[in-house]
Amino acid sequence: MAKKAKARIKAPKSVTVGEPFEVKTLISHKMESGQRKDKKTGEKIPRMILNKFVASYNDAQIFSADWHPAVSANPYMAFHMIANESGTLELTWTDDEGETFAKSKDIKVG
Amino acid sequence: MLHRLFILSGVAALGLVAMPPASVAGEWGAYEVGDIRSGYTYAAEETRAIQDDEFGNPGFIWVDYGEELWSDVDGAAGKSCESCHGDASAMKDGVSGMKGVATKYPVFSESMGKPINIEQQINNCRVNNMEADPYKWESKEMLSMTTYVKYQSHGMPVNVDISGAIAPFYEKGKNFYYKRRGQLDMACSNCHVDNAGNMIRANLLSQGMANGFPTYRLKWQKPGSLHRRFRGCNKQVRAKPYANGSDEYVNLEVFLTHRSNGLPIETPAVRN
Amino acid sequence: MSETKQYVSIEMTRRNVLAGGAAAFMGLTLSGLASATPSDVADLVANIAAGQTPQSGKIVLDMPQIAENGNTVPLSVSVESPMTDTDYVKSLHVFAEDNPTPEVASFHFTPMSGLAEVSTRMRMAKTQNIVAVAQMSDGSVFTESVQVKVTIGGCGG
Repeated sequence: MAKKAKARIKAPKSVTVGEPFEVKTLISHKMESGQRKDKKTGEKIPRMILNKFVASYNDAQIFSADWHPAVSANPYMAFHMIANESGTLELTWTDDEGETFAKSKDIKVG
Repeated sequence: MLHRLFILSGVAALGLVAMPPASVAGEWGAYEVGDIRSGYTYAAEETRAIQDDEFGNPGFIWVDYGEELWSDVDGAAGKSCESCHGDASAMKDGVSGMKGVATKYPVFSESMGKPINIEQQINNCRVNNMEADPYKWESKEMLSMTTYVKYQSHGMPVNVDISGAIAPFYEKGKNFYYKRRGQLDMACSNCHVDNAGNMIRANLLSQGMANGFPTYRLKWQKPGSLHRRFRGCNKQVRAKPYANGSDEYVNLEVFLTHRSNGLPIETPAVRN
Repeated sequence: MSETKQYVSIEMTRRNVLAGGAAAFMGLTLSGLASATPSDVADLVANIAAGQTPQSGKIVLDMPQIAENGNTVPLSVSVESPMTDTDYVKSLHVFAEDNPTPEVASFHFTPMSGLAEVSTRMRMAKTQNIVAVAQMSDGSVFTESVQVKVTIGGCGG
């Protein structure tokens, strides 16, 4: 299921040098907290969350987040950044098993 | 019959009785038509804000996936939805386009001799035209496709026609709505007509309008179908729920969706 | 159970009260699970502060006073900073005092972040304080907290 995680990114297509802008992201994920029990068997459902979010621009890391089970399902993450030249914003999410999901977006400066 | 009661609770968090949103006539714009109000007008400000931002509203993940599925070839006939219907975002014209389609559903199906809703029409297409397996009702695929198709009519007023062959099914749905059921002996109308705008413990009861489904419920942490909501309501009054897609629920959907006529389609709505 | 008993006046039908009782029971079983405590969070904050006393100010922690649903509570935090190469916010941590585990999220900024401002959504098991701690590039530490009430609803579905 995690393999098919779907992400959504909103960033301006064109930005001004040095001016901070907001990037909004969403990704489909249950964020299984490890606190829930299976209603039928009574057994704990093992924890399985996205625990790391990294945003890089032209290969330089600009923002990252560590997520714990208290982050809601289908995590929303909005952050800010500046760009001094046109390039590619690369976002990666990593789950508890080390699997990563990536999505990128081109941003034009000028 | 209403009693004023003091309820003893061991839950500290319960000590809150949020005030219902004020209802000044006309203040809710398109979300209010005559006496009817969308569930949007009963939702908390923060919940409405999540719905309003299409890059913050998680329901749009399912819209995106529906868009992918739209052009996916599936089944023995080698077709996708797009093969027959073309660009989903185009205004419905003959077979092509999906814009406006969802405003009219459920519709009477001549071949079935009864009303069908969008989920059922999607599966009709899959089985008869694509020769593919039907989607399971509450599957990711079905929720995504239904959400995507309904989203094409986003903002357009619900406009279900109950004249002609569908009329007796509308009456059945109406009877269901007003009939008491379950161990608590409550009808849909007891909450959503008699007590809309009142608190049920910490929740505000809405008029139970259908214009936002599939709806992303914070409680579910994903979108769910209208029939899932019916099942939840029925269980809450300790009645045995009917199956998703049962005649009882489709008839109820006819009544309920017609009751929402004039409200904008909000799919994917976000609710508590 | 250590929760304070409260008397709540609600106008509703007898039947609705019955339905509500079932939800209240679920609430009780949930809050019976092992949980973090305010002192766990205080320890985590002290650990980050590394001997300093966290200062107040600079952080704006924006959350609803009353969360409509504890599964998805919007959270926005901003930290006042010029965000230059020599003066910026390094990290921002968010803790919950009465969740099963105290950590919620940590955000790591760089001067290229431009603004130390983030939004996300979090789960809350019950009414509690949410604590934010910011570590600045000069080593100073700021903190802010806010209480968010979580309602235990009537209509699970």
